[in-house]
This record gives sequence, structure tokens and C-alpha cells, in this order.
Amino acid sequence: MEDQGLIKKTVDEHGTEDLMVVLGTPDAESAGIFAETVTIGDPAFSGPLAGVQLGLPVYHVLEPEVKEAADPQVFEDEVSLMEISLDVEAISKEVRRFREKIKQE
Amino acid sequence: MFEGKKVMCIGERDGIPGPAIEKIIESAGGKSILSLTQCFV
Repeated sequence: MEDQGLIKKTVDEHGTEDLMVVLGTPDAESAGIFAETVTIGDPAFSGPLAGVQLGLPVYHVLEPEVKEAADPQVFEDEVSLMEISLDVEAISKEVRRFREKIKQE
Repeated sequence: MFEGKKVMCIGERDGIPGPAIEKIIESAGGKSILSLTQCFV
């Protein structure tokens, strides 16, 4: 909840142009909740982003697009272990769903 | 993809923490403007 306030404050300061969100959530469910929060608004309707449609492009750090863009050594050092232990495919699918939703609007 | 972009890095303690995301994004040419590590206990 406190973090939603920080996100909103950051968006208010910087605007949404050229702004993206990258998540580090451990599973598809939490990835979906956060992806929804920064695209179409807080699904629980309880935080500062309830009803706030930021429409930001959102990725998970383990998605192939991010891996391709990153320095391979940095990616290896920082997240290679998590890449093995988390369900990257399910997480990617969930985050992509919200990314595509904002593209359609 | 991240070149010239401002990025909010929203990490999680049980997943990937904010500072690790930040390093990856900066290695890809993005600029981190917010780094969080959420903790759900």
C-alpha cells in the first residue's frame, strides 16, 4: 500500500512518457496483481492506485525481452539462480496479458 | 528496449529484489528512478 503511494508519487513527478515498470515478483499470481496495478489500477481497490489507470508498459525481469536487452554477465550474476527456480513461462504469460491489454486500449 | 527509458524497479524479497533489477535495467541502458523491494510476511 505504501509502495503504491511511492509509485504514484514517482509517476506524478516524472510523467508516464518513456516510463516503464519492471517487476521481480516470485510467481505468476503476484506478477499479475502488480502488472494490473500499474496498467489498469489496483485490483483490490484499496490503495492509492485504485481506479488510477497508469497504462505503463510492464515487464518481469526474467522475461526473454529483458534478458536479451541486458548485459549477459550482469543478468547471470544477479538472477540466474532465480531464473532456474521460478516459473518464468507462467510469470511472463501473466505480465504479457496486461501489457497487451493496454496496447489494445 | 530500455535505452533512454525511465524505469521503476519493483522487486520482492521472495523473488528478485529491487537493486538486482536496477543493475540489470542499467546494463540495458535504462535509468532506474525508483527501486523497491516488497516484503510480505
